Amino acid sequence: MSQAVLDKRMSAADIVGQLQDGMTLGIGGWGARQKPMALIREIVKSDLKDLTIVSYGGCDVGMLASARKIKKLVFSFVSLDAIPLEAHFRRARSAGEFEVMEIDEGMFQLGLKAAAQNLDFLPCIAGLGTDVMTYNPHIKTIKSPYSEDHYVAMPAIKLDVALCHVSEADQRGNSWIGGPDMFFDEWFCRAADKAYLTCERLVETSAFNDDHKILRMPIERNLVAGVAEVPFGAHPTSCGPYYGFDVAHLKAYSATAKEGWEGYVSEFVEVDDYVKSVGGADHIRSLPLPAF
Amino acid sequence: MSTDYTLAELAIVAASEIFRDETPEVFATLIGTLPKLAGYVARETFLPGMMMSDGIYYLAAEPVPVGPRGDYPIKKEGRIGYERVFTVIAKGNRHAFVGPVQVDKYGQMNLSCIGDYAAPKVTMLGVRGLPGNTVNNRTSMFFASHNKRALVADEVDMVSGAGYNPARYPNGTYPRGLDHRQIITNLCVLDFEGPDHAIRVRSLHPGVSFEEVQDNTGFELVRPDDIPQTAAPTQVQLDIISKWDPKNLRSYIFKDNPAGVRAS
Repeated sequence: MSQAVLDKRMSAADIVGQLQDGMTLGIGGWGARQKPMALIREIVKSDLKDLTIVSYGGCDVGMLASARKIKKLVFSFVSLDAIPLEAHFRRARSAGEFEVMEIDEGMFQLGLKAAAQNLDFLPCIAGLGTDVMTYNPHIKTIKSPYSEDHYVAMPAIKLDVALCHVSEADQRGNSWIGGPDMFFDEWFCRAADKAYLTCERLVETSAFNDDHKILRMPIERNLVAGVAEVPFGAHPTSCGPYYGFDVAHLKAYSATAKEGWEGYVSEFVEVDDYVKSVGGADHIRSLPLPAF
Repeated sequence: MSTDYTLAELAIVAASEIFRDETPEVFATLIGTLPKLAGYVARETFLPGMMMSDGIYYLAAEPVPVGPRGDYPIKKEGRIGYERVFTVIAKGNRHAFVGPVQVDKYGQMNLSCIGDYAAPKVTMLGVRGLPGNTVNNRTSMFFASHNKRALVADEVDMVSGAGYNPARYPNGTYPRGLDHRQIITNLCVLDFEGPDHAIRVRSLHPGVSFEEVQDNTGFELVRPDDIPQTAAPTQVQLDIISKWDPKNLRSYIFKDNPAGVRAS
């Protein structure tokens, strides 16, 4: 009988130390919201290469692209929400720097859900009639065994590792997502061999003895291999209910896509105190939550 | 009828008509200033049961003013996070009013990229949810600038949203949910009511001719014998628009915010 590891605490750098070249990484969150950016910055600093990145993309994709970490991108969009187009992604995509698997947002979640259930595929009709099928010839259609309908057989998107940022976690890997939308973090974790979480606050397990909180705990602890406490770990993306995305920072980041982003890396990535480098905790706490 | 209105107000009111035949409690997805205000006009005049989101997570019990809302408290009536959105899309009772970059004669839309797919000349958002929207839900479109780069000859560069092109479907049959409704532009209203869903001119904005529309369109348009002029907004409609757009963001919808009736 093997003994469970029930103290899964580690640092963000330790988590990234578990990753290997060529892995397929799923990244939670959505656009400029709830992204595990502290882990993304650790990957940028690392020697990792040839990654397949699976993401409802925001600046996670843009930074990994400009750091030349991406071999292949599985995506539906890459956007910074308040800034619709992601400049670093656009530069790298137009330069043909990585392969792409571009699919509908609904197909994307079905791919994760298929992997989560150990299925080869799940059927849908999204994708029919579009160039999603042209440019992804490995995605097949099937005839329904029950009618004359044809469906897209969306293949499982299997992940080696999922990386997500949550509001609170305990050392066992239980976690609570306090922002309004839990997005697809659950399905990234289920589709992966191993999931790692960063959290705003590490708490005692007793903090989750709460019927209201339990409604927002979609990831059970045996999916989670490691937990790192990183306050403000989603910045410059938002982490409801604590802080919104940092539009001024994202604008400055976007402006570095053309002339090279080495200055950004030295100013905000290769730093000992990230929070201080971007203006401090009070500044981040004051960022208004997204509204459209 | 008011005669003192802008092209934006005319187009908003024209666009509200895309919801005229909708189901009583349709979930409308309204992306951008014009689609939102059009939906609000429909909701407050003839479709009180319309459901809509706050653009983030909640079902909104009443419209949310366009633009930065600051401390404005939205009135919630439920939740509609992304996972639920995809379930709603697949069920079908939804009307998506979207702003793609290109559309072609089949009603196929592009939101992904322009040029060689491996290394595109222009990279845009990505296909987003357009593939799923277009085969499951009613779809209408808005183009702020009606020209041949937007309404293109042949097919769009990357077909992100599906259309009425039988060659692209297994067995050549359209999915049951494929149901394109209208295209609103700065010149006119188009619909898909020509033969075999061909794109037809439904109405012309005041002072615009069929020839001007055709000259700015990359594909041949169906020309009915009589083309009505796009209806002028009523004072009631104009009041609804200004109520939900207190900062006059509609003045930025079209370049130079032209008047609704062209100076002759």
